[in-house]
Amino acid sequence: MYRYDEFDHTLVTERVHQFRDQVERRLSGELTEDQFKPLRLMNGLYLQLHAYMLRVAVPYGTLSSTQMRKLAYIARRYDKGYGHFTTRQNIQFNWPKLEETPDILAELAEVEMHAIQTSGNCIRNTTSDQFAGAAADEIEDPRVYCEIIRQWSTLHPEFTFLPRKFKIAVTGADHDRAAVRVHDIGLQMCRNEAGEVGFEVIVGGGLGRTPVIGQTIREFLPKQHLLSYLEAILRVYNQLGRRDNLYKARIKILVRSEGIENFKRLVEEEWSHIKDSALQLPEDEIARIETYFAPPRYECLDDTVREFEVKRFEDRDFASWVRTNVTAHKEPGYAVATISLKPTGKPPGDASAWQMDAIADLAESYSFSEIRVTHEQNLVLPNVKKADLYALWQSLRDVELATPNAGLLSDMIACPGLDYCNLANARSIPVAQRISERFSDLERQHDIGSLKIKISGCINACGHHHVGHIGLLGVDKKGEEFYQITLGGSADENTAIGKIVGPAFSYDDVVDAVEKIVDTYLNIRSEDEEFSDTFRRVGLTPFKETLYAAH
Amino acid sequence: MPLIKEGVLVEDLWQSIADEEALIDGPVVVSLERWQSERESLLARNTPLGVRLKSDQSPALIAEDLERLDLVALEFPKFNDGRAYSYARLLRDRYGFKGEVRAVGGVFRDQFLLMQRCGFDAFEVADKAAAEAWEKAISEISVTYQPGADARRPALALRRNRPAA
Repeated sequence: MYRYDEFDHTLVTERVHQFRDQVERRLSGELTEDQFKPLRLMNGLYLQLHAYMLRVAVPYGTLSSTQMRKLAYIARRYDKGYGHFTTRQNIQFNWPKLEETPDILAELAEVEMHAIQTSGNCIRNTTSDQFAGAAADEIEDPRVYCEIIRQWSTLHPEFTFLPRKFKIAVTGADHDRAAVRVHDIGLQMCRNEAGEVGFEVIVGGGLGRTPVIGQTIREFLPKQHLLSYLEAILRVYNQLGRRDNLYKARIKILVRSEGIENFKRLVEEEWSHIKDSALQLPEDEIARIETYFAPPRYECLDDTVREFEVKRFEDRDFASWVRTNVTAHKEPGYAVATISLKPTGKPPGDASAWQMDAIADLAESYSFSEIRVTHEQNLVLPNVKKADLYALWQSLRDVELATPNAGLLSDMIACPGLDYCNLANARSIPVAQRISERFSDLERQHDIGSLKIKISGCINACGHHHVGHIGLLGVDKKGEEFYQITLGGSADENTAIGKIVGPAFSYDDVVDAVEKIVDTYLNIRSEDEEFSDTFRRVGLTPFKETLYAAH
Repeated sequence: MPLIKEGVLVEDLWQSIADEEALIDGPVVVSLERWQSERESLLARNTPLGVRLKSDQSPALIAEDLERLDLVALEFPKFNDGRAYSYARLLRDRYGFKGEVRAVGGVFRDQFLLMQRCGFDAFEVADKAAAEAWEKAISEISVTYQPGADARRPALALRRNRPAA
């Protein structure tokens, strides 16, 4: 993991002092709420329906046990005993008091964390593959470049007041778990013909009101030019991105209106001036950051672990958890374990303080003290010995964290929705809860197989509904909550935007509608065909027919 | 408008001239439109000249003229219209402009550091009190992670220069 040196420590500490001063100026009345707003937003502090919400950055979703314990402490001391992990691999606290937020930031600084740029029209937390460093299909560890981007983008003086927020994702694997094609900039690590590793640069993707799949602006970018190329893209966007309409301000709209060819020409022209500037990454700097992400000291193990196989044979519950929540590791004898934060009937992504403490302990015992947050709002222990999986699973079960549903229907993404957010048209979390109750039979879920349901409470699409296999979008119809359903979306390397199936369903009817869609799929799937494959084969029609047959 | 240069309130020796106003003696700042239409007569005055750019006017539009100019004023119609940060970088880094780059409009103490890092060296503020906050505003964050148009050395350069542990 990355560790702060004196420069990182100084910056984060100074930022806490600066924010403490800003909060004092607000509390004394020197700053009006209007003047304070942009300042607090630069530190992840939102004013929501009922209270302030503080969003804490978890850079590229990597946490240590120490950091997790601090989050648990903050949840207990400053919040109502829980936190909410987000689709940006961050954590949100929903009930902090304004006057205590500087103290929370100071607590975070002690464990090398902060809330810098978790909101505002600036470069947000760079996200990545939650299996980075452990994935078998990885070219290189993308977190090295995430950290380099984190530093470059932190308090970047030129890009603090962009037209709109700006999100970057990096993946080092062929199978895209970081949704790089629906980010403002997506970086896909790749090799050129000479075998050198660099980046395919994808630009202008995004969800929100206007979902767009990003386009490739450069097939191969050598590593040393990463920052200058990003700076060139941001500089073009900062000057030309629309500022007259909030909903047309993202880079995707600019790329679309310029056309990718012209946009590329503008970027490459800018780049030609700064390519060989101080932004060039020296090889030794890349190597320096790489040392932080050196693999932990794996033991030399056989990949076949007898006691693990025996337990899997003997204990059906364990076997079913292994089937969904355990993923192959690049190292023989090791596995990646996903901790589902989607137990039946609970808000997706929530973890209580005592669960966080338990996870910190388990990571310490079984995963080199390392934890990942996934953009699907789960947690991951990336480096678990297969021989330890049974003990890990038993401990997880004790703290209600062993739900065997990773990747299944009840592993939903939902935004905070109308329960918390003042932008929402409709509730998201209660819909997710009702769906997970309807499908609470896990055998049924296993039979259904891989199915991603994503729920957004409004058109801003924080729940990523556009890329759900089944997407639900909350809309307001004459003061009543309705849900528009899209089918066939995908956020992986086959990125697709879901298609609207027909008229929206009421809050009461939407769960029945989801069930009908699932039943339709079960009826028409050919053997071993996943939902998304079936959809690609048959399209909307069969689903339309069953959903609207009676109407 | 109070003007801050090098951290202190100074007398503004420049006159900003609206398009419909007649020119006066001494250093003047004119709009881009006026500069373009009266360029020759303005140059013939042989006094210091400045051009004021709106937030949708790139300094690329006056790149050829910069060596004749002593000041470029970049407007912030709102504090959160951040285009001029890039314009200031272009003026300093790309065009090597050595004259005054002045921030006008929505200019608040919490932006001084960002502006200075992008190459601004003069700040028109609504409130004199902002000058008192100057020192704190530009020094409260001492670490920079990226090269700017200012003299601060980014962490990368400092790390490379420190003795090996």
